[in-house]
Amino acid sequence: MNDLAIKAKPAGFFSDLWTVAARALRAIPKEPESIIPALIIPLFFFIVNVGSLSEISKYAGVDDFIAFQLPVAIVFAVTGISRASALVTDIKSGYFDRLLISPVKRTALLLGLMIADLALVIALSIPVIILGALLGVEFVTGFAGILMFLALAGLWGLAFTGFPYAIALKTGNPAAVNSSFLLFFPFAFLTTSFLPLDALTGWLRTVAQFNPVTYLLDGLRSLIYGGWQWDKLGLALLAIFAVLTISFTMAFLALRGRVTSR
Amino acid sequence: MVHVPAIQANNLTKDFGGQEAVSQVSLNIKQGEIYGFLGPNGAGKSTTIKMLVTLIEPTSGSVTILGHDAVDDADAVRLDIGVALQEAALDMSQKGIEFLKMQARLYGIRGRQVDERVEELRSLIDIGEALNQPIKSYSGGMKRRLDVAAALIHNPKILFLDEPTTGLDPVSRAKVWQEVRRLNKQLGMTIFLTTQYLEEADQLADRIGIIDKGSIVAEGTPTELKRRSGKDQIVVTAPTQPVAVLKLLGKIKGISKVDQHDGEIVLSSSHGSAAIARVAIELEKQKVPIQQLTLRETSLDDVFLEYTGNRLDAKQGAVS
Repeated sequence: MNDLAIKAKPAGFFSDLWTVAARALRAIPKEPESIIPALIIPLFFFIVNVGSLSEISKYAGVDDFIAFQLPVAIVFAVTGISRASALVTDIKSGYFDRLLISPVKRTALLLGLMIADLALVIALSIPVIILGALLGVEFVTGFAGILMFLALAGLWGLAFTGFPYAIALKTGNPAAVNSSFLLFFPFAFLTTSFLPLDALTGWLRTVAQFNPVTYLLDGLRSLIYGGWQWDKLGLALLAIFAVLTISFTMAFLALRGRVTSR
Repeated sequence: MVHVPAIQANNLTKDFGGQEAVSQVSLNIKQGEIYGFLGPNGAGKSTTIKMLVTLIEPTSGSVTILGHDAVDDADAVRLDIGVALQEAALDMSQKGIEFLKMQARLYGIRGRQVDERVEELRSLIDIGEALNQPIKSYSGGMKRRLDVAAALIHNPKILFLDEPTTGLDPVSRAKVWQEVRRLNKQLGMTIFLTTQYLEEADQLADRIGIIDKGSIVAEGTPTELKRRSGKDQIVVTAPTQPVAVLKLLGKIKGISKVDQHDGEIVLSSSHGSAAIARVAIELEKQKVPIQQLTLRETSLDDVFLEYTGNRLDAKQGAVS
């Protein structure tokens, strides 16, 4: 064997990042069971909501409920999508230990998965946008608006991944990771999912005002029928980065806890 | 650099919530040595290995690998070591070839070298075309061999093998032994090996450490350990066994005890191979007709039993 020609050296952060992300991306098509529900659920809610609430929404001042609902379907599609369950499988099987024994950069282990998540949530958004287009939704901001729409959706999906990863790394428990889906409900429903903020009353209005998804939806909707409203897009980005800061801090602290003294 | 120990552990201790899994373990393993690490289940073998390979930090004490501190300079340590842990740590969703190529990239191996290295390891682990199949379709032995190949992908200076042949058939086991010897002899690779097969430690290890209840209870070459145990037995089968002869045999240099069992004379010695000739001469001198004269040397199993109170069982780890 030509063993002597081989010499180990650090691969470098970006090489590590790509190696981890590429593995995660290759695994996605092998697990259709985890992708199909993520696609069906938003399409189902989109169709049901539009079918059942279109007429009522007019009383709340919504002219085009399909356009109003499209961002909601996107949020449903991308929130909570992550490779956290696969990470738990790696922890349980000992494969994560094998990675830790290698000179891979520790942050790349998590960021690589998140890059794969970002690619997946953008891919999941596309069929929803196509369905919206088939139902007559047009972006007044044009193709650039669609790209911005996808970027905001992707960033939101990415921001949310920190929570399941934090749970996965902290507990190494698949049931705990599955339960992180519960976080989705307050974010997705205690907001302007069905009616604009002005139409909400009481405690729901108060909660919605503090829910970052409210500002995300505002930004996404503005791209469809409001034009380039930079104040709304700015608030959407701010909301996303607020969630991202919290969730990523939790996830990277959990990563540090797992890779150091145990 | 030869004088720098491959592995040096000083008073290594690991405490899990008040429970001391490893206590004051010190090791000094030279470069190029094959070190066998034995112990019953739960003795602290795996915890020790995990500290040596940077997976967990010691509660107290220190580890250096080729002069690099395993905590403060863990990145340098990781480049020097290859590790196959007890449970084959594989990604079942990948094909064998994908798994090895990914491992290679993590160690900075690039381009054609990746393919060449994978082809070398393909023949080494005797896995053939199965390397292109999903790992989940592999047998236990194939998974084990793939795990060892992954540990070798970057040609490490020190190889940690945690029970590398458990679950392998005898042919595959012999192949692993052959490769361990080759890596050691040809490349000077230091090998730290835990095993449940005492024969494996006896065959491969230059030195052996026995750990029990978190502490090293014995250390030395296999021969030293057996000699220290002093349990060699010389068994004489003879039709007549006069008491006077038994007394004379007891006085032979190197014989510590004389017993009679089932018509046989059983002589205990710390170094049976040296004493057996003197026994034969004395019996000849006393005109005792010898039907059979056999030497049963101390086995590592005897040594293990003496130091841990258990016999090592390949299936259960250790039995009382």
